[in-house]
Amino acid sequence: MARAAVQRRLSWRLGEVAELIDETPRVRSVVLGVAGWPGHRAGQHVDVRLTADDGYQAQRSYSIASAPDTPERLALTVERLDDGEVSPYLVGELRVGDTLELRGPIGGYFVWDVGMGGPLLLIAGGSGICPLMAMLRHRAARGSAVPTRLLYSSRSLEDVIYRDELHRLMATGKGLEVFHTLTRVQPPEWPGYRRRIDQDMLAEVTWPPDLHPLVFVCGPTPLVESVATALVQLGHEPGRIKTERFGPTGG
Amino acid sequence: MSVFSRGFKGRRRDADTRGRLPPGQYLVRGFPVLSAGPTPRTPLAEWTFSITGEVDEPKSWTWEQFRALPSETITRDIHCVTKWSKLDTTWEGVSVDTLLAGVETAADYVMAFCDGGYTTNLPLEDLSGGKAWVAFAYDGQPLEPEHGGPARLLVPHLYFWKSAKWVRGLQLMKDDSPGFWETYGYHMYGDPWREQRYSGD
Amino acid sequence: MDETQLRLDGNAAAGLLQEVFVHELTSARGACASCGAVAEVGAQHLYMYPQSPGAVLRCSACASVLLVLVQGGGHLRLALPGFMWLEFREAGAQAG
Repeated sequence: MARAAVQRRLSWRLGEVAELIDETPRVRSVVLGVAGWPGHRAGQHVDVRLTADDGYQAQRSYSIASAPDTPERLALTVERLDDGEVSPYLVGELRVGDTLELRGPIGGYFVWDVGMGGPLLLIAGGSGICPLMAMLRHRAARGSAVPTRLLYSSRSLEDVIYRDELHRLMATGKGLEVFHTLTRVQPPEWPGYRRRIDQDMLAEVTWPPDLHPLVFVCGPTPLVESVATALVQLGHEPGRIKTERFGPTGG
Repeated sequence: MSVFSRGFKGRRRDADTRGRLPPGQYLVRGFPVLSAGPTPRTPLAEWTFSITGEVDEPKSWTWEQFRALPSETITRDIHCVTKWSKLDTTWEGVSVDTLLAGVETAADYVMAFCDGGYTTNLPLEDLSGGKAWVAFAYDGQPLEPEHGGPARLLVPHLYFWKSAKWVRGLQLMKDDSPGFWETYGYHMYGDPWREQRYSGD
Repeated sequence: MDETQLRLDGNAAAGLLQEVFVHELTSARGACASCGAVAEVGAQHLYMYPQSPGAVLRCSACASVLLVLVQGGGHLRLALPGFMWLEFREAGAQAG
């Protein structure tokens, strides 16, 4: 009997920190080497578990930001939440060579691979870009030309995660368009949007519903709820809109 | 397999609380919001509080009638089964003794019922004798919806899931019966000092 | 605080559910026994916090409790009080 398609139960494994990349003043990417990593799909997440020397444990979920196309290597991008417990450790304390306990990959709903086609519409708020970045990196790694648009809301230009890489992907790849909105502070002569994502902005940026785009929305819960509602009002099929919300105390 | 995370301390687990922290609990400064469903928003004009079930005569109060009852200020420590505790929280509420005054019953247990469908079960004697209130204010302010407003049950000597948010009444019962979390594996009584978190603890 | 800030997607329960189910549950479709709405588990509303009493999955159409998962005391209790049915894609079947 074929067993290959049956999922293994989740088990904790060790990753070694290979690289730390400061993405913004509050956001850091943690690149891990994970021996025996079974591979993942773009959009999946992992659970990370920290253990203090008295046995106290804390566990959180983080989206995988790296493409599935690099074996045994994972990148997590973590935003420091000031009242958090896990994120300040990952952003501030963790060093290259440290080990991190994790398990995954987890989730089969908020995922995209090139085989699913498009057009692909990605909408992110803040660090909600992470799972969507895995999709963009996967798309680039496969040389895919699936028409893709990203609408990305950040507080200010310095809070834009992966700014240079997004620019590079748009310049070098085919069929990718990136739209930024900066909600709090904009540099002089900023050409992009200057407000929270609303229905008018979505109408300008998105494809018409009759092109049946696949939509992935990720960010803080209020953004996700308002974007999903506006997309449905614009005529998009609820079944083609997949959302992933960040919780209130996920730090 | 469990590997220590170099340099990880985690949330402060204070020891200096003069014996006020039950086993397994840690202190928080904020007031975490936990919810098993959407926050109900019942207009005060439609709000009532009822005593039902094993009683000779059911009782019911409108919001105005409820707020006209004598109330008291209560300062207590609270302990959530998810391991946070908060010391010296100050509430204003109507004692359950006041609500049960004159009620004739053969019941030994109570099911608190709430807007949104949440329920939790308690022994009647844990709600009487100055141990429980229906609270409508926290820290001098009307109780906010995410913390159970307009009114929540306050039973500080038990884990805080027994202090049902958005409470609308008490159903008196002859026999114990599990409420929402109790059905799904939480303890029927829930004493934080005996660490009665799960059924079987 | 707006109540919507307290709500996650069913997708966030994938790790917990993977401790119980051999199949990936968040991509399974389920029908609400209360209102009949059909949706993927990952699209339902989830009430779960880092250290919550349990994960509560509710129908995104009518808010009925579909699934509750409580982990603690050495046990994992799974309740499915609100699904009329759950449908999994068979291994090897084409993604539709």
